[in-house]
Amino acid sequence: MTRTLALCAAAALVAAAPVPQAAGQTKPPAVERDATTEEFEKFRAVLEADNPAELFELRGAALWKTPRGPKNASLERCDLGLGPGVVKGAYVQLPRYFADTGKVMDAEQRIVHCMVTLQGFDAAALAKQPFSNETRTPDPVAITTFVAGQSRGMKIAPPQTRPQEREAYAVGREIFFYRAGGYDFSCASCHGEDGKRIRTQQLPNFTRPEEAIRSYQGWPGYRMTGGVMHTLQWRLNDCFRQQRFPEPGYVSDSLTALLTYLAVNSKGQVYKGPGIKR
Amino acid sequence: MQRLAALLLAATAPAILAPPAAADDPRTAAVTALQRDFKPRGIATMNFLVEDGVQAICNRTDDKPPKEIAQRLEQDQLAGIRWPADGKLVGDWKSGERIAQNGRGMTWSDPANAPGGGSCYNCHRIGPQETSFGTIGPSLFQFGKTRGSGPDMQRYVYGKIYNAKAFSLCSQMPRFDHVGALSEQQIKDLVALLLDPGSPVNK
Repeated sequence: MTRTLALCAAAALVAAAPVPQAAGQTKPPAVERDATTEEFEKFRAVLEADNPAELFELRGAALWKTPRGPKNASLERCDLGLGPGVVKGAYVQLPRYFADTGKVMDAEQRIVHCMVTLQGFDAAALAKQPFSNETRTPDPVAITTFVAGQSRGMKIAPPQTRPQEREAYAVGREIFFYRAGGYDFSCASCHGEDGKRIRTQQLPNFTRPEEAIRSYQGWPGYRMTGGVMHTLQWRLNDCFRQQRFPEPGYVSDSLTALLTYLAVNSKGQVYKGPGIKR
Repeated sequence: MQRLAALLLAATAPAILAPPAAADDPRTAAVTALQRDFKPRGIATMNFLVEDGVQAICNRTDDKPPKEIAQRLEQDQLAGIRWPADGKLVGDWKSGERIAQNGRGMTWSDPANAPGGGSCYNCHRIGPQETSFGTIGPSLFQFGKTRGSGPDMQRYVYGKIYNAKAFSLCSQMPRFDHVGALSEQQIKDLVALLLDPGSPVNK
């Protein structure tokens, strides 16, 4: 089924003609809507109707309830910020400050923390191969997908009441605009303006809510390229790879700060739940 | 007794009520966090996290440096360009198209000492046949046809690809030869792609 749709999309893409641009023309319109983009949007709408991400939500739900690990405990006492075991609405109120760790934590970072402290799993082992491939989806990915799904339809609302939360936002903002690496890229190089795309991939502007949500709402996301389930930890890792930076640590605090910046910039927008991508 | 009480109080007071440690400004805290949390991998080594001069000034001025400073630093960048010894700036446009299409190079998933590409289509419209082009940079379609392809334009295009910051200090375009991503021949081939009247870009 997926392959047929992929072939249809490829055929449509070949047939599509881009809007001709005169050489030396100034800025394109605010949202680039040429034929190429239109075909991809149609393709995405068709596939959103049956999203394989739902299978990973179910798997994550089972992992949440099942006693596992050296301590043979479930995650049902894990506090995601709204109290032990409260999952509904937690994802959209992350990242946030946690008194028990004394720091701001994002969703996947907190889930890994619970797996380590409640279930006795080894943090280093979880960080060794944290991203999905065609044959394996790590447990934190499935659990994060489940947790995110439990905030479906809710407004993004990470708290900024504690000084640590405000500091995380400020540090995240600095990282967002920090140009470095072999190509002099920052996150803002691609995500700092309206109407840009890289090849045919639209690049939402993370500095304003109506745009930031277009990216934030798609993660965790089922990626058809490779048939894999990915979270924001993977997405940020792969961004830094393409920025020609060295590699950020899995669930490290630099990423938490950046995720705080992204989440706060999406504030008030509705989270649609785990998404699907090309 | 008082000293013991004070010690006990300090030990049991929750972190939130403790007087805050002298907080770093966000930039310092960010750089400290990056140095602590990032690890080298493949050819992406930790030196790439340290700002060089151009990155440092662009980061501190929101990519809008004062004009006098920008002009001087652009001149410095221009002075650092190594022009081809044979004086030829135009190569083969067919190779140029392949180089423009190739998005590899300088990432931790690229092998060391293997030639990469220019990733040009990531940001630019270039040839008429390629619909998968980005819009981060301006369209280069019909570049030579509309701008001319004489020696001055060849010099500008060669220099721009070699070190884009020589012409606009905080440009988002990478400095391809300055950083060693593209070779002299590769840049010549890209110049041909844009300026050769026989290139599809100019048809």
